[in-house]
Amino acid sequence: MSAHEQFAEDLALYALGALAGEERAELERHLDGCSQCRQELEALRGDMSLLALSVAGPKPPARSRQRLMMAVSREPRRSAAPARRPWWMLVPSFAAIALAIAVFALWSQNGGLKERIATLEKQSAAQQGELQKAHEVVATLTATDAMTVTLVAAKTPPQPQGKVMYVRDRGSLIFLASNMPMPPAQKMYELWLIPMKGAPMPAGMFKPDARGSAMVMNPPMPPGTEAKAFAVTVEPESGSSVPTMPIVMMGEGE
Amino acid sequence: MATLYDRYSAVVYSVALRVLGETGAAEDVLQEVFMQLWRNPGVFDSGRGKLGPWLAVIARNRAIDAVRKRRPETDIDDVIVSVQPDMASEADRAIAMEKVRSTLGAIPAAQRAALEMAYFEGLSHSEIAAKTGEPLGTIKTRIRAGLVALRKAFAT
Repeated sequence: MSAHEQFAEDLALYALGALAGEERAELERHLDGCSQCRQELEALRGDMSLLALSVAGPKPPARSRQRLMMAVSREPRRSAAPARRPWWMLVPSFAAIALAIAVFALWSQNGGLKERIATLEKQSAAQQGELQKAHEVVATLTATDAMTVTLVAAKTPPQPQGKVMYVRDRGSLIFLASNMPMPPAQKMYELWLIPMKGAPMPAGMFKPDARGSAMVMNPPMPPGTEAKAFAVTVEPESGSSVPTMPIVMMGEGE
Repeated sequence: MATLYDRYSAVVYSVALRVLGETGAAEDVLQEVFMQLWRNPGVFDSGRGKLGPWLAVIARNRAIDAVRKRRPETDIDDVIVSVQPDMASEADRAIAMEKVRSTLGAIPAAQRAALEMAYFEGLSHSEIAAKTGEPLGTIKTRIRAGLVALRKAFAT
């Protein structure tokens, strides 16, 4: 006796709703995996429907039809949606949920960004103020119409003079010079940083204006170089990596 | 819905009436079966069977549930009915009915009795066995043999 034959009689009982308990559970488990038995069940139900015909004859009273039509008109059809929704019908729901999550994420991100913008605006305003002050200082120092007076001991002819302001950690440097004679043709002055250890480092080229004033601002310098002294030499316009003697000006840190 | 009702209400009603033996209760089952179809047309899968036989099976099951005062046991959208005649026209039905009746008349009386007790009274095989005093296995065999006899009558 095959498994299907064994189940055949139970299937008939199951179709009629007469099977209960463990027998029923066992058969349902078997049905899940057995298409042959499922087909047999469908056929048995077909047989049941035929059996219904054996008593056909009585017609329902007319009031049954009216009652049904009344009920139908009161109850709008549930949008004719199929009982089992295909998976893609759920896509809009998923999309809506995803959208809601995205909106929330953007909203909170937006809040964070606003805070950051406010902070940056404050910082920017403070920097603008400092920059303004710096501009004023630099403008005064560099203005062509600025009156530059160097005071020296009385009865001393004007001497070339240079002043270096150097901030080691930032590698920032400002050099101001006055009473500088014009260098020979195709020559320029070059400023040198003389470190505690090692060779002098180029710290910018400059040429004085008609009044002998000159300035070097923030030449490219590696930050953190400890300066022992600064010096100025005369070099070709293209600049040199090693100072050419003689040194025309020199000074040590105070 | 009116068309479906006109076509199939007699099948639904007569089987419910046979099971319940009372017109009012049969009308309730009739109403319930058609309202279920109206509310949720998806319960009937037209790709896997015909509406008439499906309604007949659902009506019988609902009527049995009512007579045994139990909650519906099977989800109606699980029910697939596979059978030839679709019971849509009165002529088809009359021919099929004649065939069913002659088949039932031809099978052994004990087989017919067991089948009818199970089908129209909703008795379980053990209840039938207790009632008739016959072995459980015999009842099981008779019920199935009766159903299969109907199928064979329509297979030709």
